[in-house]
Amino acid sequence: MPKSSQVDEIKVSLLDQNDSEVRINPVIRRNRVDQVYRSVAAVSGSFVFLVMALIGGFLLYRGIDALRISGWGFITESQWAPDMGGAFGIASLLPYTFSIAFVALFIAVPVSIATALFITEYAPRRIRRFLTATIDLLAAVPSLIYGLWGLFYLQPRIITLSKWLADNLGFVPFFKVNDDFGTSLGVFPSSTFVAGVIVSLMVIPICTSVMREVFGQAPPGEREGAMALGGTRWGVVRDVVLPFGQGGIIGGSMLGLGRALGETIAVTLIISPSFDAKWSIVEQGSNSIAALIALKFSESTETGISALMAAGLALFIITLLVNTAASSVVNRSRSGSATEI
Amino acid sequence: MSFALRRNKTTSDTPDTESKIRIRTIETIDVTVMIGSAISAFALSQLLYETILPVSGALGFLLTWYVFFIAISWLAVREIRGTVRAKDHLARVAVWTGASLAIIPLVLVVLYVIGKGYHSLRPQFFSQDQRYVGALSDSTEGGGAHAIIGTLQQVGIASLIAVPLGITTAVYMNEVKGRLAKPLRTVVDAMSAVPSIVAGLFIYAAWILALGNQQTGLAGSLALSVLFLPTVTRTAEVVLRLVPGGLREASLALGGTEWRTTSRVVLPTSRSGLVTAVILGVARVIGETAPLILTVGGAFIMNWNPLAGKQDSLPFFVFRLIRFPQEAQIARAWTGALVLLILVLVLFVIARAIGGRGPDNISRLKKRRLKRKGLA
Repeated sequence: MPKSSQVDEIKVSLLDQNDSEVRINPVIRRNRVDQVYRSVAAVSGSFVFLVMALIGGFLLYRGIDALRISGWGFITESQWAPDMGGAFGIASLLPYTFSIAFVALFIAVPVSIATALFITEYAPRRIRRFLTATIDLLAAVPSLIYGLWGLFYLQPRIITLSKWLADNLGFVPFFKVNDDFGTSLGVFPSSTFVAGVIVSLMVIPICTSVMREVFGQAPPGEREGAMALGGTRWGVVRDVVLPFGQGGIIGGSMLGLGRALGETIAVTLIISPSFDAKWSIVEQGSNSIAALIALKFSESTETGISALMAAGLALFIITLLVNTAASSVVNRSRSGSATEI
Repeated sequence: MSFALRRNKTTSDTPDTESKIRIRTIETIDVTVMIGSAISAFALSQLLYETILPVSGALGFLLTWYVFFIAISWLAVREIRGTVRAKDHLARVAVWTGASLAIIPLVLVVLYVIGKGYHSLRPQFFSQDQRYVGALSDSTEGGGAHAIIGTLQQVGIASLIAVPLGITTAVYMNEVKGRLAKPLRTVVDAMSAVPSIVAGLFIYAAWILALGNQQTGLAGSLALSVLFLPTVTRTAEVVLRLVPGGLREASLALGGTEWRTTSRVVLPTSRSGLVTAVILGVARVIGETAPLILTVGGAFIMNWNPLAGKQDSLPFFVFRLIRFPQEAQIARAWTGALVLLILVLVLFVIARAIGGRGPDNISRLKKRRLKRKGLA
């Protein structure tokens, strides 16, 4: 075995007379250890492809029975009674899942933008590291614990806000509450709104870290230029950092959306399942695909499990699409093609 | 109109001495305006709150105070500094508000879990299981040792699977730079978005239904490793990217093979970062509940064997007990939640302590080891 790989030959290619560039192409001869190392790395890399394919494949394989039974009804049916031979579908689950995620984003995006700006622009240098660590810690706290806190601490308090919204903004369909109950506090717990608020806590760290990274890459030349022209800090933020970070804001929000759509435990703890899609987000009763799987799993029989697998497949595909779109947006803004300097 | 950028007085007096230009200057008047606005906003909200305005409660009062504070300080800054600075001031207040909205819940969550959990925390929580505990027995009886052991075993096995795979994948993307590196990055990103419940469903479909295995601790750790793998890969890749290219080139120029360059130069240089990546990954995975509902089965008695029989895990233990109607069970769940939170916090602090050092900083322990070898 050779001791080490050497530069085997050095190709010096003088291009034609016009282009005097000298190109050196070192050709590295790899010994056997190197070849093994490269192929081991390649195999473990392709393992990721394999796992992703298997996830999709197995969910489809297990869910196909249920999909055969329901047919297109899987998309149009809003009930969920596969075990009793009844109809089932995700027509009510999807709107609920998305509305929880949108409530979460509605809170998380402005807060994340502000936090990211605070870390990159406003905070004193000394506490920047501390703040970044705090945001990471926010991401490390288990969603179960957020769910518990939301159920026991936040929900009893925040329903007064729900009531205020219903009383004062009841003309908006989102905040309308069925009049039969009146607006006593009892109709407000376990709603889409409460679940969304809790989920926003889990979305904030994801959005913030993406936005912070992109904001931090705003070109220092333009930043200093704006400052030198007498701009205020807000002027710099508005005219340099935010336009530059647009891709990061969009991409970070979409990554947060992916996370919010798949959030399980916190939503499971908060909501009381409902299968009638409704406009109101403050009224009791909500649902999500992930929470449905967690709640129904233990009591389901064969068809039921199959139906849950199909629902899981739908969730998998949705999050995959959202996330792929998000990372392409973030990567494009990171590579600097969003800016021209 | 005054400028945000102003030179220090000392600089303008003696232009020859190079002193740092301070972009941000906080003057007494700024502070005074803030304090004055806060006080007058407090007074105004005292006056109007609950008499004219439709708000009530402590939260209502704080909100009123906050709104008045913004309005009054904006007016004051506009009087003194002009509209441009007033806008800047508004933006500053908004950013501060947003940042505190992100951090306050964290503090509240930690304090609340401590307050709820510490009542029933006894030493035997770490040594006993729920074998002789009924739903009505005292919340200090029995413990969660079976759940803690289950969690440690499951996370341990999951990291045995995911960490080598993840780091090798990161090495492939960043060091080998093979043909698959680019699509691989996209797929790893996509994999990190797999909802945790879907990972559980996958293992249930593939490992339990298709291969005919039972719900065991091992099944749980397989589900966890599906979630763990992309986390480790992504953070490890970032860490590897921080290794200066000059080090690699130096190693190759000295005749080192690619494998030697990776194993002797790149990986040791980034060791502290990699350890941080792993610990942060563990901290994330240790609190996962959803995939375990489907895979480990759950148990109230100790099961030391992750390969056979149902096992419990700390998050699953909490999730089951919290939905009991009995006070004692709920108290036990809170104790479990506290222990879980402490585990996460400890892991996080360790990760930060290790990751805080750059590659050139040598720890005390390592210095001693180097001294023994006669290298330092």
